[in-house]
Amino acid sequence: MSDGVTAEILTGHVLDLARRGRRLDGRGIDDLRPVRIQKGYVASADGSALVEWGPTKVLAGIKLEPGTPFPDTPNAGVLTTNAELVPLSSPGFEPGPPRPEAIELSRVVDRAIRAAEAVDLTKLCVTPGEKAWICYVDIHILDDGGNLIDASMLAAMAALSNTRVPASRFGLGTDGPLEVQHFPVEVTFARLGDALVVDPTSEEEVACQGRLTIATNEVGEICAMQKGKVGAFSPSDVMEMVSRAQVHGDRLRQLIRSP
Amino acid sequence: MLLSTKLNKERIGMGSVGAKDVPQLLDAEGRRIDGRGLEDLRPIKIEAGVLNRADGSAYVEWGENKVMAAVYGPREVHPRHLQQNDKAIVQCRYNMAAFSVDERKRPGLDRRSQEISKVISEAFESVLFVEEYPRTSIDVYIEVLQANAGTRCAGIVAASVALADAGIPMADLIPAVAVGKIAGHIALDLRKEEDNYGEADLPMALVPRSGRLVLLQMEGHMTAEELRQALDLGVRGCRKIYDLQREALRRRYAVQSPPPVEVPA
Amino acid sequence: MGHEQGSSDPDNRRSGAADADHDRGRGRHRRRRSGAGGRENSRARGPGPRSPRDGGTRHYRGPREGQERRLSGGSHLPPGERVLVLPGDRIESHGLRPGFGTYRSDGELYASVMGILNPRPPFMRVVPLSGPYIPQKDDLVVGVVQSSGPTYWLLDIRGPHFTPLHMTGTPWKIDYGECGEYLRPGDTVLVRVEGVDESRRVGVTMIGEGLGRLEGGYLHEISPTKVPRAIGKGGSMIQLIQQETRTRLVVGQNGRIWIQGDDEGIRKVCLILDLIDREGQRHGLTERVKQILEEDASRPSPYGDVAVDEVEQGEDRNG
Repeated sequence: MSDGVTAEILTGHVLDLARRGRRLDGRGIDDLRPVRIQKGYVASADGSALVEWGPTKVLAGIKLEPGTPFPDTPNAGVLTTNAELVPLSSPGFEPGPPRPEAIELSRVVDRAIRAAEAVDLTKLCVTPGEKAWICYVDIHILDDGGNLIDASMLAAMAALSNTRVPASRFGLGTDGPLEVQHFPVEVTFARLGDALVVDPTSEEEVACQGRLTIATNEVGEICAMQKGKVGAFSPSDVMEMVSRAQVHGDRLRQLIRSP
Repeated sequence: MLLSTKLNKERIGMGSVGAKDVPQLLDAEGRRIDGRGLEDLRPIKIEAGVLNRADGSAYVEWGENKVMAAVYGPREVHPRHLQQNDKAIVQCRYNMAAFSVDERKRPGLDRRSQEISKVISEAFESVLFVEEYPRTSIDVYIEVLQANAGTRCAGIVAASVALADAGIPMADLIPAVAVGKIAGHIALDLRKEEDNYGEADLPMALVPRSGRLVLLQMEGHMTAEELRQALDLGVRGCRKIYDLQREALRRRYAVQSPPPVEVPA
Repeated sequence: MGHEQGSSDPDNRRSGAADADHDRGRGRHRRRRSGAGGRENSRARGPGPRSPRDGGTRHYRGPREGQERRLSGGSHLPPGERVLVLPGDRIESHGLRPGFGTYRSDGELYASVMGILNPRPPFMRVVPLSGPYIPQKDDLVVGVVQSSGPTYWLLDIRGPHFTPLHMTGTPWKIDYGECGEYLRPGDTVLVRVEGVDESRRVGVTMIGEGLGRLEGGYLHEISPTKVPRAIGKGGSMIQLIQQETRTRLVVGQNGRIWIQGDDEGIRKVCLILDLIDREGQRHGLTERVKQILEEDASRPSPYGDVAVDEVEQGEDRNG
């Protein structure tokens, strides 16, 4: 069941506030909500992390299994990302195939991991052309309080950073940590009138006129972007958001890399 | 912990048919793999009201199980044709996260999950006052985040608390537990190895007020007498779990002393 | 599950909304109306019409058991004592009939919801701590228009279903097919529940003093079970909030609250409403609310001193 039509009063107030540089929860337009990461949350996974980002809660788990490499990349392992917008996370659940939002979420997170080469897939090769590790990144949304992309990305990276390759279980050597060589982080902005607010809440996502997600790595490069929702950004808007994303990205990266 | 039945030392060490490397499920002193006695529950922690968006929610850590449950409703029925004119329908969806088990599970509901969803829906429909909300659905969602046997029971325990947290009227909370037979002895609350290599598995859910079972499944070999013992042990186990469920709800809604004031920044 | 007969207003359900009810359409100078203003006594006491939920559900059918006894002095519990009951708890009925949140089985009375035991002769009832909005006749509710049809609109009033508002239930003369020109999806309206039939279908009307479209301001939601606490005895809580935050509130029985005021005022009200939602059942709520207000009061509002009176109320809200 979808959430239904939102009251115009709500979106009107969100936009009014933004016009005055304010937000519903009292944050500034460039403030993130409090973020907390618990690594190793799930023992059955090879690596995992629970991210509590404001009211949003996302759990990511990594599983590694031996499989066959893709024919066109015989020397590389495989990484695949899947995000599940499970029905318990929000009232808007309808039975059936995954919603476009779920698919977009999976792909946007995957794109950043892949583009940044967070994991060197050649190191996951066991026997070229025959056997390689498949690294499954599974993201389980538990509580949708807005900005699922950034929370999911953070959970995935935090999970990868505490993953151990279970080689011994499959007779492929001794266990060891999965090497994460780059640390992409995603930061999302929403347009509310003329204001470009970072880390939108659910209400702000409903009211917004465009949304932009920017992934940066630890050397300040942009590795992925995705514009969502209905609305438009000028090139100078984009450049402003990119520089803010780099700053926020660095702060979030510290959270991933701390024990 | 005193054993209600004498240890039958000859039967200890009987493993399952054809399996390799069968662990010894019970030692000579009646200690199980994790050191428990035959009638001991694994440690259980229950927390009510853990999610923001759901109408009611609960989180259970039971041994190495981690299960989250949430309730939405009563609300419109989707798909519409399932609607009942005189009552609410109860739709439970039990799902396991891909990373919750040793071998990664493909996302989506497999047949096992669908069957479990059905029997749990039916268990709750027995106690919820569904006539209060005709033409609606009460949606119960169970997500297993980490599994170590007994997940459907942990799910029922969590969902029960979530339903009370959501204010859905019911005759009683429902505790649940799996009883089994390991090395020839009836044992409470099977863990993974016991479930895999034991001789019987019997998940059950109890309505404490009436003393009746609203979920009962069984797989394995048991004599009638063993079954009687198992049911008795299960009921006793359920009553202990019931207390934990109630405690979790009381903690959530403590009315005694006021908490320290949290002044928002 | 028994349901409280609709006699006097024991839960203060009506007070806050009634306050707004009389204020609407009267312009500016209505800040400090006393909430209940005799609302408690405005309905005839006595059994009143029977609701479908009266007398318990499932196990309770047929003639009442035991003898009815009126308890003198109200509650049999020591004053200030709040007893939390959980579903399945056995309750001492003291000869009272099954009221809301209880059911009878095998001659005994049990709780069906988690809540506070609150006897109101002739009923023993449980005031729930959480739960869905249950529409009742004469409830004032804040609804959001979802769609319009040829002769009606569908409203979201936070019930399990969308509720139709028929075009004849408005003060306008609307032709067939013209509903969309009067109210659009996304519009917010204050309506009254006209009735709930045996199959729980709800009828609402927008004809009445103060009812109509709401514009501007902000909407915040709390659990419908906490609405009495948000209103307070005789409207005391809603008055306190309005006074100290310089806002005007319309509290719908469905837990949807319309707030008018400046940015700071609205933000403060939301903080307080969230507190009431989380902890409405605890002792000392009023003190904690006052504490939040005091903490915030020391901070000067950057938006100047906007008095409520200056907020445009407007006579015609319907066009």
